[in-house]
Amino acid sequence: MSVVVAAERQLVKFRLNGKEVSAYAEPRLLLTDFLRKEFGSSEIHAACEHGVCGACTVLVDGMPARSCLTFAVQIDGHLVDTVQSLGGADGDLNDLQRNFRKRHGLQCGYCTPGILMSTTAFLRDNLAPSEADVRDMLSGHICRCTGYVGMVQAIMDTVRERNAKTFA
Amino acid sequence: MKPSAFNYVRAGTIDEALQVLAREGDSAKIIAGGMSLGPMMNFRLAQPKVLIDIMQIPELARIREDSKGGYVEIGAGIRQAQLLGWSDLARLLPLFAMALPHTGHYQTRSRGTVCGSIAHSDPSSEQVLCFATIGGSAVLQSKRGTRVVSASAFQVGMLATCREPEELLVAVRLPVAQKGVGYHFTEVARRRGDFAICAVATIAGPDFIRMGVGGVAERPTIKQWKNLQETEIDDALNEFAWELEGSDDIHATAEYRRQLVRRLGRRSIMEAKQCRS
Repeated sequence: MSVVVAAERQLVKFRLNGKEVSAYAEPRLLLTDFLRKEFGSSEIHAACEHGVCGACTVLVDGMPARSCLTFAVQIDGHLVDTVQSLGGADGDLNDLQRNFRKRHGLQCGYCTPGILMSTTAFLRDNLAPSEADVRDMLSGHICRCTGYVGMVQAIMDTVRERNAKTFA
Repeated sequence: MKPSAFNYVRAGTIDEALQVLAREGDSAKIIAGGMSLGPMMNFRLAQPKVLIDIMQIPELARIREDSKGGYVEIGAGIRQAQLLGWSDLARLLPLFAMALPHTGHYQTRSRGTVCGSIAHSDPSSEQVLCFATIGGSAVLQSKRGTRVVSASAFQVGMLATCREPEELLVAVRLPVAQKGVGYHFTEVARRRGDFAICAVATIAGPDFIRMGVGGVAERPTIKQWKNLQETEIDDALNEFAWELEGSDDIHATAEYRRQLVRRLGRRSIMEAKQCRS
């Protein structure tokens, strides 16, 4: 059993985008603020802060998690991936990101990092989703710019491209 | 939108969690997936002094079929996505296989737990509804011992259960599908993943229909009919719709809810009958 008293800070060690990192956090600190303040992860976008909008979604142990509903102390010993993990080391976008750009899957970009992370996990576990499956997955995110059509197209394009490559 | 301060306890065993619960009682809250408790803490509707994290307890991360008892036991550490991915789900728990995709979103099922939802006891929760309709039971453990309570005794009202402050919901037991019985779930919500305006779970046996309705009354309400004839269905559902005493709110009127009980109810009975194996 480990106990962290409210006023104290605990050293939280975890793997962020593949790198071992650590920083101190008091129990009430949300993962959203922890990543932004301690690691400069400005790609973490906080919006509703009660788990509804999905903008702050990251992957914890490979599965989507609202970082505004996750406490920093909970991720001690776990893996966290943000949108920074998607592109190449040289700043190149990956195939999904390129398709989002091509299909106008974003406008202001505030909801985009969360959506890209959800989609990353979703496409890993669903190799041939239907458009309805994709829309169902996207229902966990709120975007007020695009109307989602471009996103659905970008995701379906990515599915087709990846499968064409795999089964060529 | 930040939670108030609390002490964080990461329990490694059930005993450790029970020890802290016995000491702290009401001022402690259990956190599993945090998909219901998290928003409540951010809004400061919940301000626990101690938060007990049970997700690192290996004994709770289990799905176990008890073939002698005729049930599946789902530990408190099992996330909704894990149950959805369980290869025996459709065969043993068809009602949950149909209802779980309506629970929250892909992005919350990956964190939220089955037992957490049932312990939270939201009146419009699909899992709470299915738990009641299927006649499951809750396994409550404290330092004084373990007791098993039926779903109907466990859920006492809106967001309220019979769990004592020093007790931990360690698992729920869900009866497995019976031969010759059909199961069906359907709901209407503003959009996929939203809380149900009306959700219907139906079990159709050789000579009975058992139906649970969620989202209308303050807790899931179950009704059972014996030898219900095709011509009697509409009247039976109309009576049930009025009995639920649903009210107007921002999402729907009481009249609309009654109509949903009638229409979804009929469709669900027909589908459940067709699924009888």
